[in-house]
Amino acid sequence: MSLKARIATIFDEPACPTNREKSDTVRRKGCSKPLTPGAAAGGCAFDGAKIVLQPVTDVAHLVHGPLACEGNSWDNRHSASSGSDLWRRSFTTDLSELDIVMGTGEKKLFKAIRTIVERHDPPAVFVYSTCVTALIGDDMAAVCKRASERFGRPVVPVEAPGFAGSKSLGNKLAGQTLLEHVIGTVEPDDVTPYDVNILGEYNLVGEFWFVKPLLEDLGIRLRAVIPGDARYHDIATAHRAKANMIVCSSALINLARGMQERWGIPYFEGSFYGISDTSAAIRGICRLLVEEGAPADLLDRAEVLIAREEAIAWQRIAPLRPRLAGKRVLLNTGGVKSWSMVDALQEAGMEVIRTSIKKSTEEDKARALAALKDEKHLFDRLAPREIYRILAEGEADIMLSGSRTQFIALKAKTPWLDVNQERHHPYAGYEGNVELLKRIDLAVNSPVFPALRTPAPWDEAGRLTDAADASAEVAHSFRKFAGGALDDADDC
Amino acid sequence: MPVNEARFLSTNPLKSSQPLGAAYAFLGIEGAMPLLHGSQGCTAFALVLFVRHFKETIPLQTTAMNEISTVLGGADHLEEAIVNIRTRANPQLIGVCTTALVETRGEDFAAEIAAIRSRRADALGDCHIVLAGTPDFKGSIEEGWSAAVTAMIETLTQPAVRRDPERLVILAPSHFTVGDIETVRQTVEAFGFSPVILPDISGSLDGTVPDRWISSTYGGTPVGDIETLGAASHCIAIGEHMRGPAEALRGKTGLAYTLLPTLTGLAAADRFVTLLARLSGRPVPAPIRRRRSQLQDAMLDGHFQFGGRKVAIAAEPDLLYQMASFFTEMGAEITVAIAATPDSPILAAVPAEVTVGDLGDLEDRAAGVDLLVSHAHGRQASDRLGIPLFRVGFPIFDRLGAQHRRTALYEGTRELIFEVANTLLAADRHHPTPQSLNPLRNKETFHDSRPSPEPRRY
Repeated sequence: MSLKARIATIFDEPACPTNREKSDTVRRKGCSKPLTPGAAAGGCAFDGAKIVLQPVTDVAHLVHGPLACEGNSWDNRHSASSGSDLWRRSFTTDLSELDIVMGTGEKKLFKAIRTIVERHDPPAVFVYSTCVTALIGDDMAAVCKRASERFGRPVVPVEAPGFAGSKSLGNKLAGQTLLEHVIGTVEPDDVTPYDVNILGEYNLVGEFWFVKPLLEDLGIRLRAVIPGDARYHDIATAHRAKANMIVCSSALINLARGMQERWGIPYFEGSFYGISDTSAAIRGICRLLVEEGAPADLLDRAEVLIAREEAIAWQRIAPLRPRLAGKRVLLNTGGVKSWSMVDALQEAGMEVIRTSIKKSTEEDKARALAALKDEKHLFDRLAPREIYRILAEGEADIMLSGSRTQFIALKAKTPWLDVNQERHHPYAGYEGNVELLKRIDLAVNSPVFPALRTPAPWDEAGRLTDAADASAEVAHSFRKFAGGALDDADDC
Repeated sequence: MPVNEARFLSTNPLKSSQPLGAAYAFLGIEGAMPLLHGSQGCTAFALVLFVRHFKETIPLQTTAMNEISTVLGGADHLEEAIVNIRTRANPQLIGVCTTALVETRGEDFAAEIAAIRSRRADALGDCHIVLAGTPDFKGSIEEGWSAAVTAMIETLTQPAVRRDPERLVILAPSHFTVGDIETVRQTVEAFGFSPVILPDISGSLDGTVPDRWISSTYGGTPVGDIETLGAASHCIAIGEHMRGPAEALRGKTGLAYTLLPTLTGLAAADRFVTLLARLSGRPVPAPIRRRRSQLQDAMLDGHFQFGGRKVAIAAEPDLLYQMASFFTEMGAEITVAIAATPDSPILAAVPAEVTVGDLGDLEDRAAGVDLLVSHAHGRQASDRLGIPLFRVGFPIFDRLGAQHRRTALYEGTRELIFEVANTLLAADRHHPTPQSLNPLRNKETFHDSRPSPEPRRY
């Protein structure tokens, strides 16, 4: 399938709620919002595809293009692997000017694949196209096919060059690639009625390991978590799962729908952020499995586990609640977190004053609205200046966002916590929710902020502002050190 | 108040000896030769520690007490040492530091020195002799440092006849590095003052390469400046252990002082700068305001690494207070605070429960913390516990550049934040594993409160 055709398929995604609401003509135009040159931010389709696929741990990820695409972006995410660390290695063909002019890119790519196979012997190689290699017309698919035959293992072309569109489109192109090239290529011999896949879970900082033991405790078998801590073989056999849970709603919706269409696997959308959402996700998985023929006692066992784990989580949260209650949060993340995070925060007594609904689906928006009650709490995009104003004027006590807006908060001397992919702490599941609240507590109650917000004792010209302060005058009266707190200079 | 348990054993001492602290202070005087009045070993051990820390030749002499002089009295040895030093090294000042040996024996050192002065007036000429009573069985570096500075003021400083409004006396604490002193000097000068810093190791121990061989200190506070200390407009003493010298100076010359317990941290630096602005009547210069803003940004960027971290500190009292306040202000928690000596009133202000003890106590109590803070001897505890060590104070013999690291004022605090944060970042190498995060296995020990699994070397 050509790239154009593939993109058209994605734009015509029937499972996408936004898409369903469109008229035929509008739908044909596609859902890629035209970017505004000079005022665009965010990743490209290559970025999106790489994000989705790179956490597959035992695969070599080879970027076919000039250096920048991979060289400027590698090793920037914190998915965790329980096995191979091959995924963290950066492979690129690093095309030179000569390669591009002389058209030697294909040969270089083939040799690059051979080198990887010889050195690392991975079960599969994923080859990513980029703007330049797509532009000069390197036939990546043909090279991959040839390499696959030659080296006796799958070599998968991931065709999502940057110019094709947004990061979100790239996510979907990656899902499409898995459908076309990977899922269903291996038949497992160990299928159980308890097999599920989790789609769109990245295992950031290992956070899915907060959840996995709970599911396994119920006898649920995770056939594939895509892509977090996934191995190639897991994904290749994912079509034999009985149910799919999709975590990051819009990113891999086409994958979930495609798997339903092709292999009849039912799916539902859920989240592991927040206590009630984690419980709902566990219930959802069990419900689908029972509907697909698993014994019905699974549901009862799930309730026992949920009750137990929730109780433990609440117990852990209790000491944090007084420190968090009433704190006002500006939630600037978008997507599924526009609502899933809200629940988690409200559970701890915090107030979400506003949440971003950028990148959120209509359904996400509806859920965010349900959680926050009023439209005015939702915003699509806030200009940095406006975020700065909200924070500097003290309308919020903390901002939760991704690292892109980190410095707006910090320069406004306001606590900030990274809740996006570059963060360093695991937040999924019950335990992760406790961790999230602990991190918020540390940030929002850090003594650094009151200290920073105390104005300098001088004005803009450097003149002391409280010259009349007696304690600061050089006192000549004798004052003996009394052993108390030494807040002030001890004058004599 | 600090907990001071009855103890029978010191395991891995945290203290250094008091005469070492006194000799250290004399090393901050120009043309000085510290002289330890004790057996040869007292000096040799101190000398080795100095050399390991500074990577410099250190002028330090001994009266080389032997069995006979110990029995019969050490006055002859003291006299011989002073005359020999005068003849060979021609210092402007000989700083006599007593040791446990001669103090236990018990002699009237002041009278002996007075006698030597008059008896050998020809040989000694204008060489000053200052006596600091610093038995090893009491105190540590801070106390010895303080005693030596007090002795210098008592001995050398003349009653003031005039006050120079541009002159400011800074009494520097023992934990100030060359870098700290340079920073303080520049800041004070920016307000139009000409500071007299006592002691001033920035001229003598700053690791320069002079073009000739000099057997005493070179650089440091000139003796002449100590004599005229009273001719300043004000004195700023830094650290509780500099109260004694400041009091002595006030007693001799009537010079008022302000004691600032620390210059580390935003608020502490603000206090110092505000004081300078008041004393000078000048606005705070733009470069200093800019450095304040840089520190604010460092606090913002750095606080992520400090929040919720547990820190164990073992240090001398004023340094303990400085570091504990710093970590607390950055959002960390001091779970273990060990003071080398029990007497300083500053210990009551340390934001943690203070135990007087040694590095053995640190090791016993520090399991599970994120960072150890002590001098280089803390490395054994660090190795065995698998917890990184952040080196402060004296001695630091296994890292280079200790004398140029700063903790004072805006720039020092900024550097301290970065250095600590980088130490913590470098140690955060234990990647999450399914086992470490498994909520069913770790009900008792929360995943982020466990020490890292395997001891590593830092």
